[in-house]
Amino acid sequence: MSGHKESILREPLITGQNITYSKITSDILLPVENKPNRAWWIGFIIALCGATLWVFAVSYTFWFGIGSWGLNKTVGWAWDITGFVWWVGIGHAGTLISAVLLLFRQNWRNSINRSAEAMTIFAVICAATYVVSHMGRPWLAYWVLPLPNQFGSLWVNFNSPLVWDMFAISTYFSVSLLFWYTGLLPDIATIRDRATGLRRRIYSIFSFGWSGNVKTWQRFEAVSLILAGISTPLVLSVHTIVSMDFATSVIPGWHTTIFPPYFVAGAIFSGFAMVLTLLLVARKVLGLENYITMFHIESMNKIIILTGSIVGVAYLTEFFIAWYSGSEYEQYAFINRSTGPYWWAYWMMMTCNVISPQLLWFKKIRTNIAATWILSIVVNIGMWFERFVIIVTSLHRDYIPSSWAMFYPTWVDVSVFIGSIGLFFTLFLLFLRVLPSIAIAEVKLLLKSASEQAKLEQIKEGHLDKEYVAEYIESLDKFDSVKQEEYAKI
Amino acid sequence: MSDIKYILGSFGDPDEMMHGIEKLQENNIKIHDVYTPMPIHGIEAKLGIKRSRLDILAFFCGLTGTASAFALIYLTSVVDWKHNIGGKPALALPDFIPIMFELTVLFCAFSLVGAYYASTHLFPGRAPRVMDLRATDDRFIIAIDAKENAEHSKIDDLLKDAGALEIKYNERKYVSYE
Repeated sequence: MSGHKESILREPLITGQNITYSKITSDILLPVENKPNRAWWIGFIIALCGATLWVFAVSYTFWFGIGSWGLNKTVGWAWDITGFVWWVGIGHAGTLISAVLLLFRQNWRNSINRSAEAMTIFAVICAATYVVSHMGRPWLAYWVLPLPNQFGSLWVNFNSPLVWDMFAISTYFSVSLLFWYTGLLPDIATIRDRATGLRRRIYSIFSFGWSGNVKTWQRFEAVSLILAGISTPLVLSVHTIVSMDFATSVIPGWHTTIFPPYFVAGAIFSGFAMVLTLLLVARKVLGLENYITMFHIESMNKIIILTGSIVGVAYLTEFFIAWYSGSEYEQYAFINRSTGPYWWAYWMMMTCNVISPQLLWFKKIRTNIAATWILSIVVNIGMWFERFVIIVTSLHRDYIPSSWAMFYPTWVDVSVFIGSIGLFFTLFLLFLRVLPSIAIAEVKLLLKSASEQAKLEQIKEGHLDKEYVAEYIESLDKFDSVKQEEYAKI
Repeated sequence: MSDIKYILGSFGDPDEMMHGIEKLQENNIKIHDVYTPMPIHGIEAKLGIKRSRLDILAFFCGLTGTASAFALIYLTSVVDWKHNIGGKPALALPDFIPIMFELTVLFCAFSLVGAYYASTHLFPGRAPRVMDLRATDDRFIIAIDAKENAEHSKIDDLLKDAGALEIKYNERKYVSYE
């Protein structure tokens, strides 16, 4: 394994020269072992203000009830469920990277899986808080559980997708947490063995006594593979069930069979966009350019084009089926979406999710950090509008024209949403400070085979096809972390 | 007899460490354990670590989850209190599938990770049994029981030949207790 040489045609996953195992450890632990810089503090203070706003707005909702939101008789679900689905969707990229890419043996996942999984967990926390706060009487949230009670026992309705969703989201959260934490153990042990005093004691408790002996590592890999195997169908099931919250109802615009695959593709789409939004900044601020390389960024952009196009096809299919179904309610729902009072939301969604991601077909754009970062935010805006369009435009004009209404968010709606973003970033920034943002052990696995220096050595040995070498060197052009002078000599 | 408990060969490269394991085993020197900062494939075969049976456990615990979910739904909504939902049958099996699936995954994951932690003695607050603090950073450590293998100078030579950067004689088994 470690002695095996990777083909020169594959782009390097670790760039830079003179990278050693200890350099990987110190580079990745730099933000954990040192005092935070000013950029972190600025980000953290802003995020903390957002989180405080969230605490206030959610407490206000609990105290005064969901009447403080802009909901009305016609539009009974709006920003709450939009926010819920948006956050759950964002979470999906973490599991996709850690589980699906592991099964497909995509080694580039090794340097991004840790922070993507952390993002999953924080996103699901944000989503879950929406579920609780939209219940109206959150102190009765346990009623969604099938617990014996004094009303009969009257059990929950197991035919309801909302009950399935409770099982799906809680399973998803807890299994993701297990997967993430088990993967963290060796890296927490690394911090522990480099630390002293109280720090060492704290990390010692959380490292579960990890020693890195043969049996533990061997079992560790078996466990990771099985967890990846079960998380893959899990992540697909979660967003399938979220889509069934809508699809099993009889509301025109919701009652469609393409919802499950369409929601899953959309979830992966928005999740990868959020991973890019976070990591493009993190790699710069934390100086991780050698580990999260242009190859990683480009690969994620390719997934964004693919899933964005699937979402685009789904939008068109929905329209076609609405017409082809011959159901006038279904037809009206879609005509109303694109040309009714919420036309701007619909076209916002179309532009951000279908049209602008197509720019990533151009190599210049998908290997440009600023352009990628802006597009990743555009995608997230688009995906928020997608959920808003599905939910609000399907509801706001129901069967009786006299009850048609518009939805106007109150300051509480807005604060809960902006606050949840603050909460997410607060958790993410704290994570960057206390835990390694890249899986140290997994990146070390790549050093001898897939790093730039290992490949340079192969080239210097001189047994390689000249054409392949030229192609490889050309592929390094796009990397911002590669020094081209090294290759000019060859 | 000296107080040396363990001899540690500290390697900077996994391939050299593998070579060291081979050398020692050719000379019938028993290896206590090997500590590495990352998983190295092939050591477990050399050290005679058996294949993990965690997958079998995970499979059966998964099945338990499926059965438990079915039992829960069946006993509550078919036996105990039937709901009349548009006159549809109470035993609506397709509707049971999502929860049966979720609980399969849940039981499988928790029992798998629980069994893994139990079998490798991982739990919060456990005193780390570390022989060399760099084994989680950049060194690949082969540990040899010094009491069982008396020929210390031979072990020393073998490890150095294989490319060990450093050889330590630990008088305590685990340095992390200090």
